Amino acid sequence: MTIGLAMEFRDYYEVMGVARDATQDNIKRVYRKLARKYHPDVSDETDAEKRFKELGEAYAVLKDPKKRAAYDELGANWKDGQDFQPPPGWSEGFEFSGEGAGGFSGDGYGGGEQFSDFFETLFGQSRAGAGYTGRRDFNMHGEDRHARISIDLRDSYTGATRSITLHAPELTDDGHVVTRDRTLNVKIPKGIRDGQTIRLAGQGGPSIGDGKAGDLFLEVEFRPDDRYSVDGKHIYLDLPVAPWEAALGVTVTVPLPSGNVDLKIPAGSNQGSKLRLKGKGIPAKQPGDLYVVLDVKLPPAHSDKAKALYEKMSEEMPFNPRANL
Amino acid sequence: MTARDTNALSGSIFDDTTEITIVELCEVCSVETKLVDEMLDEGVLESTGGSREKRRLPYSSVRRTRTVVHLQRDLGLNMAGAALALELLDRIENLRARLRRR
Repeated sequence: MTIGLAMEFRDYYEVMGVARDATQDNIKRVYRKLARKYHPDVSDETDAEKRFKELGEAYAVLKDPKKRAAYDELGANWKDGQDFQPPPGWSEGFEFSGEGAGGFSGDGYGGGEQFSDFFETLFGQSRAGAGYTGRRDFNMHGEDRHARISIDLRDSYTGATRSITLHAPELTDDGHVVTRDRTLNVKIPKGIRDGQTIRLAGQGGPSIGDGKAGDLFLEVEFRPDDRYSVDGKHIYLDLPVAPWEAALGVTVTVPLPSGNVDLKIPAGSNQGSKLRLKGKGIPAKQPGDLYVVLDVKLPPAHSDKAKALYEKMSEEMPFNPRANL
Repeated sequence: MTARDTNALSGSIFDDTTEITIVELCEVCSVETKLVDEMLDEGVLESTGGSREKRRLPYSSVRRTRTVVHLQRDLGLNMAGAALALELLDRIENLRARLRRR
């Protein structure tokens, strides 16, 4: 860690949303509550992983009276994000266990699990040597690493190449742990499905001695798509149609992930009618199907002419939508 | 194909048609067999029958195990609590899938 490097101040009280004079009990309570809210395994929040990590870092400092006291020494005038350098001689007289603590821990989910430079400058490396401690005499297999990778549905139809950057702690020959960025080009095979995992042998954590390197597991998730929803290898597409198109039948151009097709909508279709396009789902030996779900849209009765047409229908078409009510 | 594509790494695909052994699960998730046994007892994981060496679990067990480890470590849940959380997460996922299919 280079001291003197510009870094941003982190306002841990603000991150946790507690007052500077909050009691330890209160801090613990707030942490538990926020941890449940932002835990990446249960949360729906889009930035859950980031928030959870920030929360873990803030809690690692504020839950520990020694670290908290040292942090408070910096004064209350710093703002989150402000350029920061530790005062000379900082941390003299404090003892830190060097343990990262708190919430997140590092099995490599989503890349770098390390705390911020700010934390590490003030309190030392967050989990120096985790997993390696005391085992240097052995030949040890490298750790398996896990990360998530987001792709578009279209990538699954065509196959793609993605470059991903992993920030992972690595052990140097002299026994220090440093963070290294590693960029990998990874083939996303055609036909990959949401929730599947790509295993890259030997791309995980480095080995120790003669052990073999760990594997890298990339869990694939599809980015949400405005048009299509995905269920396993089957795809659903909502297709808006006019009432007369559904009633009388029509041929319309439908955008599929694999390109446009002309689709014949049979007469007598209705709201929610499903048309199955066999084999147009996600490619595979037995490819998925694509379901077009009709969504009948009513034309607005804004003009006199439209109103007249609706009135004519109401007079000439016997129709009771509440017959079964 | 660009030069970059040809240098790209290819991996093998794992999903629920892939089955793994208890030992492999422990290796991938860096957990002890004791935890896997607890999860089997609690019904969080399901395996095919047979002796411990022969038992197979669906690949989704990896994700479930990792979630249990995270929940226990980060939120202080015990196995029963983690099992309940997993079950509720499953239920939410099923409801979402139903919403998508309508």
